[in-house]
Amino acid sequence: MRIHRIHRKIAALASAGALVALTGCGAADMTKQASPYANAGGTKTVTLSVQSWVGAQANVAVATYLLEHELGYHVDTVQIDEVPAWDALSQGRVDAILEDWGHPGQEERYVKDKKTITPAGGLGVTGHIGWFVPTYFAKQHPDVTDWRNLNKYADQLRTPESGGKGQLLDGSPSYVTNDKALVDNLKLDYQVVFSGSEAAQITQIKQFAKDKKPFLSYWYKPQWLFQKVPMTEVKLPAYKEGCDADAQKVACAYPHTPLQKFMNADFARDGGDAATLLKNFAWTTEQQDEVAMMIADRKMSPEAAAEKWVEANGPTWRKWLPKK
Amino acid sequence: MTTTTPTAGSLGRGGPSALLRNRTVTGKLLPFAVFAAVLVPLALTRWSGSAVWPDALTVDLSGPLGGASDWIIDNRDHHPLFLYFFGHISNAVVLSVRGVYLLLLAVGWAGVTAAAGLIAWRVAGIRLALTTAVAFALCGVLGMWVPTMQTLALMVVAVTASVLLGAVLGLAAGLSDRVYRMTRPLLDTMQVLPAFAYLLPVVLIFGIGVPAAVLATVVYAAPPMARLTALGLREADGGVMEAVSSLGATAWQRLLTARLPLARKQLLLGLNQTIMMALSMAVIASVIGAGGLGDRVYQALASVDVGAALAAGLPIVLLAVVLDRTTNAAGSGLDRTDLPGFRTGWRGWALVALGVALVAVAGRLAGRLEWPSGGTVAIAEPVNRVVDWMTDHLYSGVPVIGGTADWAGHFTTWILDPLRGGLQALPWWVLLLIVAALALLIGTWQTALTAVLAMGAIGVLGVWKPSLDTLSQVLAAVAVTLVIGFAAGIAAARSSRVEALLRPVLDVFQTLPQFVYLIPVVALFGVGRAPAVAAAVVYALPAVVRITTQGLRHVDPAALESARSLGATGGQQLRQVQLPLAAPALRLALNQGVVLVLAVVIIGGLVGGGALGYDVVFGLAQGDLATGLVAGAAIVCLGLMLDRVTQPTERRKGA
Repeated sequence: MRIHRIHRKIAALASAGALVALTGCGAADMTKQASPYANAGGTKTVTLSVQSWVGAQANVAVATYLLEHELGYHVDTVQIDEVPAWDALSQGRVDAILEDWGHPGQEERYVKDKKTITPAGGLGVTGHIGWFVPTYFAKQHPDVTDWRNLNKYADQLRTPESGGKGQLLDGSPSYVTNDKALVDNLKLDYQVVFSGSEAAQITQIKQFAKDKKPFLSYWYKPQWLFQKVPMTEVKLPAYKEGCDADAQKVACAYPHTPLQKFMNADFARDGGDAATLLKNFAWTTEQQDEVAMMIADRKMSPEAAAEKWVEANGPTWRKWLPKK
Repeated sequence: MTTTTPTAGSLGRGGPSALLRNRTVTGKLLPFAVFAAVLVPLALTRWSGSAVWPDALTVDLSGPLGGASDWIIDNRDHHPLFLYFFGHISNAVVLSVRGVYLLLLAVGWAGVTAAAGLIAWRVAGIRLALTTAVAFALCGVLGMWVPTMQTLALMVVAVTASVLLGAVLGLAAGLSDRVYRMTRPLLDTMQVLPAFAYLLPVVLIFGIGVPAAVLATVVYAAPPMARLTALGLREADGGVMEAVSSLGATAWQRLLTARLPLARKQLLLGLNQTIMMALSMAVIASVIGAGGLGDRVYQALASVDVGAALAAGLPIVLLAVVLDRTTNAAGSGLDRTDLPGFRTGWRGWALVALGVALVAVAGRLAGRLEWPSGGTVAIAEPVNRVVDWMTDHLYSGVPVIGGTADWAGHFTTWILDPLRGGLQALPWWVLLLIVAALALLIGTWQTALTAVLAMGAIGVLGVWKPSLDTLSQVLAAVAVTLVIGFAAGIAAARSSRVEALLRPVLDVFQTLPQFVYLIPVVALFGVGRAPAVAAAVVYALPAVVRITTQGLRHVDPAALESARSLGATGGQQLRQVQLPLAAPALRLALNQGVVLVLAVVIIGGLVGGGALGYDVVFGLAQGDLATGLVAGAAIVCLGLMLDRVTQPTERRKGA
């Protein structure tokens, strides 16, 4: 009996708590809740999304350096993959993405419909995704650079992970890729093998290159690795506007994408100097590569690389600063 | 099923009970064989006998799951369910984490270090206080002060919520038999599921970010508190309870004055386990945007930057060791009466508060709230130089023994590949039969049924192949773990010196969060399935070694003595007396090993382990929650199946 009474009390307490939670305090929109770590202790904080590839790290490193040293902000960086980054951006958990490779679905949803994200101009760098073979292999077999001949080489490109087919090496699961659909739709005797991360893919490519072994890899430009391992692009059926609209039926090459910046709509409006700087931020492929090389190949820390570049390129970045 | 299931005790004793065991085994397997002989041909005539799970039996959930995920994103900002329920939860989490974080920053590094040290002093004494203060200072020296505070803020909120939730559940289960019976299987099962499987459902609802991370942590860390609270309340001494109720105490009085105080030890043990699991999860949850130390490790692993990963991993290790020691000491310090007066009771706490306030104010006046930027040591570059040296010299081409990369390569081609190939070539119904037979041998009809249903569910979900890939990694890792673990356990049981050497190592290793294990294996073995397996082995070893040692040590001394007097050599004693008698402990070691290995093999998806773990990462990375959730469900099923086929019967029967 007594135990029952305790039960009833606990039940009453619990339901009272649930009621308070449900009705007590009006609506709470979770899409408007910023990161709990933002703007702590009166500092002005900007949160930037860093994608896992080095080019994106270079953008963020330089932007961070300028925000902290020229404008007195504190910058938090969060590693979020491309698609979730859009969601985080719309919720204000991230203030800006500096390099987007084209996500039409997300753009439709967040920029057009919800208006929680606004475009912040181009990065100045044009990106291109494609399939690449090492140049030493392309020189021996010039016809490998046409997709119609790829099946001829499937045998040579087999690995333990590709299960009897040729291996098409893909990188991080988060990257924009139609490769599985492409392999199916072009009827290629290949297996897409994800190496799990870009770092793993680079390690793999370097090992192949050391032994002068042939390989076929998903890769993209601009990328500093081209200066270490020269690669030649394999021609896929030409890209036409809209040929990649249906993700299952894609049978054409990847487009040349002018990389874009995006901002949280509130940040774009109220972000002050930081928003202005990030909107003005635009540099060339070579400049990005220069910083990326310092980080990835010379193993400098992103801060050190950014500092070095900033010291040498005053005229470029001074134009980005807000006008006084 | 009416035959008696063998209990742990009868299993070990040999002689008549061995006969009995044989009879029960055939008694169980015979009907099973008949059953299978009827079902298999039936199944074969219906679905072709190819190795892969038949398409006709799969259900494609990606459509509905994808739809659900889209619906949630589209409705998150205006549907009442989100505005009036989830929104408040999320808001409360954000506000409380922010509150704690701001408090930590306001107290400053000196204040936080002093607070940690003084609390450790109050609970455990001067030695641990110094260790704690040094550990916190090291976090600053490593340049990780702010991420450490972020993780700590998240931990404080998550642990508080877990403890409250666990205590309420445990209270209910401790006082009512019905609730106990209802919650127990659930809590047992939650205990064996890999942390990774908890991430996706919360992301589905809350999106990437701190709220999702905190909630996943709470769900993961609350069960031990609930279990131990219930256990403590149920184990309360009957005599004491009798005496208290004869004094006319009401149910509340009995609970507050007798039952809870009697259960204090269990409660503190629960707190300890909850804290350790919360830390483990808070770090893994960086994959879903927890930020803090875990995020630094995650970023570094993505670019195979071992040095940076280590710089963020060390503070996690330090936090883990300090938290574990302090809560442990709180548990064992309950019986001590020899403490100086000013350290005990409220006076001790008052001293702690005073000390913290003094240091914090001093720090504030000195304007030194942030960790001095000159006071950091960058270990990333030197570590990376060492790693580079290792990759140059140990990685491959070492004469005779080969390099670590060569080992990893050989392990992959000679063990993992054939194992995976074999499992995937095995007809699906054969695999189901094997699972059923194994579960029957060690458990009951119910466990066998659960195991088979779990395995079948994997097929129905359409992830048969990747699940077998994961399974092959688990099997390989468990085999290695058992070989090394049993060897080390036997050595430790036979020689006190070995045990004394091993114990501190095991102590530390057992407290480390799973994530930390990924760092060194990437340095040694590169990226792929082999490092995932290696991390799993290292993670599972301490528990296996410990259980084996204890099992062997607790063998009846009389039995050993009589064997010795019959002239048995050391090896004979071990083989013929100790090992058979310790069989239940060895089986428990196997079970623990399997559960722990699975947890880390899944996380191995982050370092190229592929299979189910990769699918979860892929789902998170592409926002393709359908893929991730299906993989998550398959992980749950795999965990359930593996637990049931290795679970000694005694755990079901015991208290």
